[in-house]
Amino acid sequence: MTETAVASATTEARRRRPRRSARRPLTFDRVSFFLVFLGLPLALFLVFVVWPFVQAFYYSMTDWSGFTPDMNFVGLDNYRRLLDDDIFMTALRNNVVLALVVPLVTIVLSFALATMVTVGGSSHGAARGLRNSSFYRVISFFPYTIPAIAIGLIWAQMYDPSNGLLNGVLTGLGFERFESFPWLGDTRTAMPASIFVIIWGFVGFYMVLFIAAIKGIPAEYYDAARIDGAGRLRIAWSITIPLVRETVQTAYIYLGILALDAFVYMAALNPGGGPDNATLVMPQRLLDAAFTKGQFGLASAMGVVMAIATLLFAAIVFAVNRLTGGHERVTRR
Amino acid sequence: MTTDVTETTHPTIADGDSPEHVPAGDRVVATVSHVVLAFWSLLVLAPLLWTLLSSFKTSSEIFASPFKLPADWNFDNYVSAWTAQDIGRYFLNTVIVVGCALTIVMILGSMCAYVLARYSFWGSRFIYYLMLAGLTFPIFMAIVPLFFVLKNIGLLNTLPGLIITYVAFALPFTVFFLYPFFKALPDEIAEAAEVDGAGEWRKFFQVMLPMAKPAMASVAIFNFLGLWNQFLLPVALNTKRDNYVLSQGLAYFASQAGYNVDYGRLFAAVVITVVPVLVVYAIFQRQLQGSVTQGSSK
Repeated sequence: MTETAVASATTEARRRRPRRSARRPLTFDRVSFFLVFLGLPLALFLVFVVWPFVQAFYYSMTDWSGFTPDMNFVGLDNYRRLLDDDIFMTALRNNVVLALVVPLVTIVLSFALATMVTVGGSSHGAARGLRNSSFYRVISFFPYTIPAIAIGLIWAQMYDPSNGLLNGVLTGLGFERFESFPWLGDTRTAMPASIFVIIWGFVGFYMVLFIAAIKGIPAEYYDAARIDGAGRLRIAWSITIPLVRETVQTAYIYLGILALDAFVYMAALNPGGGPDNATLVMPQRLLDAAFTKGQFGLASAMGVVMAIATLLFAAIVFAVNRLTGGHERVTRR
Repeated sequence: MTTDVTETTHPTIADGDSPEHVPAGDRVVATVSHVVLAFWSLLVLAPLLWTLLSSFKTSSEIFASPFKLPADWNFDNYVSAWTAQDIGRYFLNTVIVVGCALTIVMILGSMCAYVLARYSFWGSRFIYYLMLAGLTFPIFMAIVPLFFVLKNIGLLNTLPGLIITYVAFALPFTVFFLYPFFKALPDEIAEAAEVDGAGEWRKFFQVMLPMAKPAMASVAIFNFLGLWNQFLLPVALNTKRDNYVLSQGLAYFASQAGYNVDYGRLFAAVVITVVPVLVVYAIFQRQLQGSVTQGSSK
C-alpha cells in the first residue's frame, strides 16, 4: 500500500512542480529517496500507530478474550456494559473532574506567575519585567523534565501519613491534627492531593510558555494603556489576556488531554484506585480489563471512550473560545 | 531567552521620575511578586531536596523524622538499589532503548518532515493530518491491538519491540515540529545544490539537514525527555522483568513489597532516575525554554 502511494507520489511530484526543472526522470536516486524518506517512516507509522487505532474500533465491538482466535461480533454490547459498570463510570467521572480542574487551575496559576515575572516591575516608563526573575523560571520549569512516575513516587512519600514531609511541616507549624493524616487515604483529600501533584509538575512549563507569549506583545500596547490610566489588573485583563488567547487555548487542550489520561500519576500515588475508588481513572480500568482479566474487547471499548472524551474536550474548548469572541483575532504587530 | 521586549522601547514616559523615586505601589507589587514566586520555587524545590536527603538515610532514620539529617553520609542505598534492586540493569536497558529510539526517530522524522514540507504530491496534506491525528489520540486506545501486533511479529517483551514502538509513537511529534522548519528553509540553496549536481540523498544530508541543526536539537531534547519518561508503553508491552526500563522498575520496586519497601533505597532509585534528566536540563536549559518560546510565537 505504501509503495504504490510512494510511486504515485513521485509521479505527482514531477507533474506538479513546474517551477523546478520541469520534468524529472525516475532515476534510482529519486526512487530510492522517496522509498526511504517517505516510505519507511510512513510504513512504521501505519503499522504501529494507525493500524492499532483502526483495529481498536473493531475489537471494541467483539467479545474477544485475546488468546483464542474466536471472536464474536457483539455490536455495541461492550459500550452498554460500560454504561452499567459503576466502577468504570466512577473512573470516567474522575477523569472528567480532572479535565475540568487541572487545566483551569494550572493555567490560572501559571498565568499569574508569568504576569508577575513580566510586568511585576516599574509601572513607569516602559513595562518592565521583575528583576532577577530568571531564577524562578529555571526552578519552576524543572518538574516538567522529571519522569512522571518519579514525581508520583516522590509525592506519595511527601504525603506519607507518618514519615512524609508535608505532615512533618504541618505539625511543626502547630497543626496537631495532621500528625498522621492520610492525604491519599481519605476520600475527601485523595483527589485534591493527586490533582495538586499534576499541577505541581506542569505549572513551570506553562509559566515559561506564557512569559514568552506576553513578551511577544508589543510594549506600545502597555504604554498606551498606562497613559490612558489603566491599572495593573485592568491591563492584565484587557490587554494581556485577549492577546495570549491562542496560547491559552493550546495550553487548555494539551492539559485536558493529559488530565483525561493521568494514568502515571494515579498509578504512582494510589495504585489501587484510592479510597472508594476516589482517584481511579479510566486507563487503570482499561489495563486491568485487558491484561489481568483478558477482556480485550471490553478494554478496546474503554479506549474508544477515552478517545471520544478527548475529542469532545478539544471540540468544547474550541467552541468556547469561539463563542466568547476568540475568532476576532487581534492582529499582532 | 529571546530579546527582552520590555527593555527596548521608549526611554521614559514620565520624565520627572528619577530612579530613586520609585512609587510605593510599585515596590509593593514587586515585593509581593517576589514573595509569591519565591514561595512557588520553594514548593518545587523542597520535595526534590527532601528526596535527595532521604536517599542517604536508613529506613529507621526515615521512620524517625522527616527532617533529621542522615547520621552517616554514604552511598549504601545507591549501591544496593543499583545492584540488589536491579536498578543498574533497568538503567542500562533504558539507555539502550532511549538511545536507539532517539537516533532512529530523529533520522526518520527529519526525512519524513523534509519530504512533506518540500515536495508537494498527491496525499501529502493527508499524511500530514494523519500524523497530527496520531498526536492527539490517546495511546490507550491503541494499546490492546498494539500488544497483538507486536506479539504477531514476535517482538513482544523484547527491547527491539519497545524501540520500534517508541520510534513510531515519537514520529508524529518529530515530524510535526520539524515540518515548519524545513518549510522555511530558502529554496535558493536547494536549487544551488541541484545545479551543482547533488542527488536527492546528498542534497538532504549535506545541505538541508545541517541547516536544520537548531530545530533538530530542540526536538531531540524533547524527545529524549519524552522517551526517558515513557511509562505506559513499557508497562503494557514489555512485561519481562529482565527487560524493564527505569520508570517501570521504579513502579515495580515501589509496589513489590507493599509496606516493607526499603524507603532509603527507593529514594536512591528515584534520584538515579532523575539525575540524567537533571543533567540534560542543566546543559540545555536555555535551549529548552527557548524552544517553548518559539513554539508560542508561531
